[in-house]
Amino acid sequence: MIEILPDKCDFCGCCVGVCPEDAIELKEAEINIIDERCTNCSKCVWSCPIEVIRFNRDGILS
Amino acid sequence: MKNDYDIIVVGAGPAGSMAARFAAEKGVSVMMLEKDRDVGYPVRCGEAISKSGVEEFISTDEKWIAAHISKFSLNSPDGTEAVIEFDDAGYVLERRIFDYALAKTAAEAGADILSRAYVNGLLFEDDKVCGVKYEFRGEQKELRAKVVIGADGVESRIGRWAGLRTFTDFRDMECCTQITASNINADANTLYFYFGENYAPGGYFWIFPKGNNTANIGLGVSGMVGKKRSALSYLNNFMSNNYPEAPILTSIAGGVPSTITLGKISSPGIMLAGDAARQVNPLSGGGIASGMIGGSIAGRIAGEAVKMNKPDHILAYDKEWHNRLGKRHEIFERLKNGIYNFDDNKFNKIAHSFNKVPKNKRTLGRLFTTALVNQPSLLIDIAKVFVI
Repeated sequence: MIEILPDKCDFCGCCVGVCPEDAIELKEAEINIIDERCTNCSKCVWSCPIEVIRFNRDGILS
Repeated sequence: MKNDYDIIVVGAGPAGSMAARFAAEKGVSVMMLEKDRDVGYPVRCGEAISKSGVEEFISTDEKWIAAHISKFSLNSPDGTEAVIEFDDAGYVLERRIFDYALAKTAAEAGADILSRAYVNGLLFEDDKVCGVKYEFRGEQKELRAKVVIGADGVESRIGRWAGLRTFTDFRDMECCTQITASNINADANTLYFYFGENYAPGGYFWIFPKGNNTANIGLGVSGMVGKKRSALSYLNNFMSNNYPEAPILTSIAGGVPSTITLGKISSPGIMLAGDAARQVNPLSGGGIASGMIGGSIAGRIAGEAVKMNKPDHILAYDKEWHNRLGKRHEIFERLKNGIYNFDDNKFNKIAHSFNKVPKNKRTLGRLFTTALVNQPSLLIDIAKVFVI
């Protein structure tokens, strides 16, 4: 599962721009992953400039 | 408020405001929707722009100029500084004031503007876009239009909803973070660039002055670099080595889609402009001027299409954009790819060679010629885009 840490997020939209599945929704200061669309490809994790998105494999954060 | 408009523009950045203004100037009804509370805020930008990029659209006003720029300082990994001087190159803007001024020009041309209006879907009729769904103060609403212009930034989803393939490959996304810091000892008229592994591999690190010893300090790296190490860690590293005590006034993140324009930027009922269309100079990452140009073309053509009652006229936008700037961006993309894999040693050598060039001949064109001397095909590209 991809997790966004909302307390750290700047809502910049970098992750939305690279998401191939249109699986991230960004409002002014609110961000959500649309789980039904997310394929866990992790491109949002790699693109986040400020380390706010994580890939959580079986409960282990990496 | 009306229930339908001729044209809806989504996003009130420079591209959106110019789209709204140039459409309204054609005498059609225009609504520009902005998801945030404020036009122009939060700023997600290094804020540097060339003078010519601004002057095409708005007359210079000191209230949105933070610094006048007449010099570039390009710094190689070993600390060699190459300086390029200009008569009057451009500005570091106060984007929150600048964007507001641009939006006001749209309003003065007759466009309506609504902030806190978050567009979350499109309306369709016979497979053609005919409006938007949006949330405003907790209520879901709809607004119809003949043309929707998506100027909704790097996070644009509007094109995707209309069936355009608009996401950016993560390797092409320059992932950026920046602070505005005080007590920074830098020349007030110089843009500083730093290259190399320690600063921003495959991208660049910048210090752009904003007057009174404040400066935008930041960097961008490709998502490919971000896979191993984040932009933030490079910035923190730089600050703790150079300005550990500097007061931080703002800190932001952002993405720049640093590659050529999307293959398709219009489709029945919809056009894209600015970062949403990837109208960014892929070499510099600059997108304010090119976004304004893209927005102005989109707005004018949309206005013409409505006036003439010829919906298909909007499809002329792609070609006009490519002739004006899109093709030029393809050249910048090739130059970017030419220097992308340079290592620290190579950057040092370029700086050393460039500093042997007579002072009055140190231009950007000469710098790229020095950098890419072993790639003859790119030398022609350099000649096309720089005065050497």
